[in-house]
Amino acid sequence: MHELSLAENIVAIAENYADKHEISFISEVEIEVGMLAGVEIEALEFALNSAVVNTNLESANLKIIYISGLGKCLSCGLTFNMDTLQSRCPDCNDFNPKVLQGKELRVKSISGE
Amino acid sequence: MAKKIKVESNILKKNNLTAEENKKYFRDHNLFVLNLVSSPGSGKTTLIEKTIEDLQNKIDIYVIEGDQQTSRDAERIKKAGAEAVQINTGKACHLNAVNIKKAVDKLKPSNNSLVIIENVGNLICPSMFDLGENLRVVIISVTEGEDKPIKYPNMFHSSDLCLVNKIDLLPFVEYDIEQTLDYCREVKRDLDIMKVAAINGEGMQKWYKWIADKSGLFKI
Ligand SMILES: Nc1nc2c(ncn2[C@@H]2O[C@H](COP(=O)(O)OP(=O)(O)O)[C@@H](O)[C@H]2O)c(=O)[nH]1
Ligand SMILES: [Mg+2]
Ligand SMILES: [Zn+2]
Repeated sequence: MHELSLAENIVAIAENYADKHEISFISEVEIEVGMLAGVEIEALEFALNSAVVNTNLESANLKIIYISGLGKCLSCGLTFNMDTLQSRCPDCNDFNPKVLQGKELRVKSISGE
Repeated sequence: MAKKIKVESNILKKNNLTAEENKKYFRDHNLFVLNLVSSPGSGKTTLIEKTIEDLQNKIDIYVIEGDQQTSRDAERIKKAGAEAVQINTGKACHLNAVNIKKAVDKLKPSNNSLVIIENVGNLICPSMFDLGENLRVVIISVTEGEDKPIKYPNMFHSSDLCLVNKIDLLPFVEYDIEQTLDYCREVKRDLDIMKVAAINGEGMQKWYKWIADKSGLFKI
């Protein structure tokens, strides 16, 4: 379950930024996850809940923001929403578009005092 | 007072930075590094054994073996005649760039060699972790069903070559190889695909030629 490693990294990044900005209590962490990143959201939430135990984000609100997939058709140039990596162009049915968005894995912000 | 701090940091930043360091090391030492991924049992270790047997007169080969437990695969590789280091990832179901950095420190491959990494058998987790390799090779076998590429699209999307292994078993299994090839292209249109049988060497010359061409380190 790679979500476990991801959760540990998220905690480390949040703690590191909290340290730098003299925050001793983190109230919220905003996390951006692309829909095409290959992350199982439930598994990530589960892993996060155990990774935060005994850290200064133990009681933080963990806000996961989904970023939808966006592709550009290599045949006709249309930009369209991708639900999966196999999504086809709705206009010309071409497959395997260029992925413009949806692979993000980012800690966006932390809040606290 | 409560404040909000912008972070905007990639969750995999730490891994990616180490992967960049690995890349630099590989470049500086003119190493060609392959990352082999597959489900458990698709034939990664067998493929590496056969590759060592057939290429060791042409190029030095070093192997990094990843498994959650045991060093059985590293033992097999040493028997086949190459130097190998085993990494046990424990709970983790994938190798990461730090694992590779440490393994390379131990192995100290001589310049101009081929380094083959056998990742943990799993088609999901390893896809996300850049090890700093030159190219990624995904292996499937004809006993696994045709739909692996669309079940695990991220892995195929991030790979450079797909080896379809165990083609010696085609007469005995219900398997539509053309369907697999279509699925591969659906996920990644320019994925190189080759059919092999690591067990008896069938189709392996193409694979060796591919390594030779991509690495530029030796000729077939
Ligand atoms: N028939 C056949 N069996 C193979 C082939 N390659 C590997 N195997 C067998 O598949 C099993 C798993 O192989 P192994 O190399 O350990 O797979 P790994 O888990 O991916 O490293 C072993 O019993 C191998 O002998 C092949 O090309 N043909
Ligand atoms: Mg193996
Ligand atoms: Zn189109």
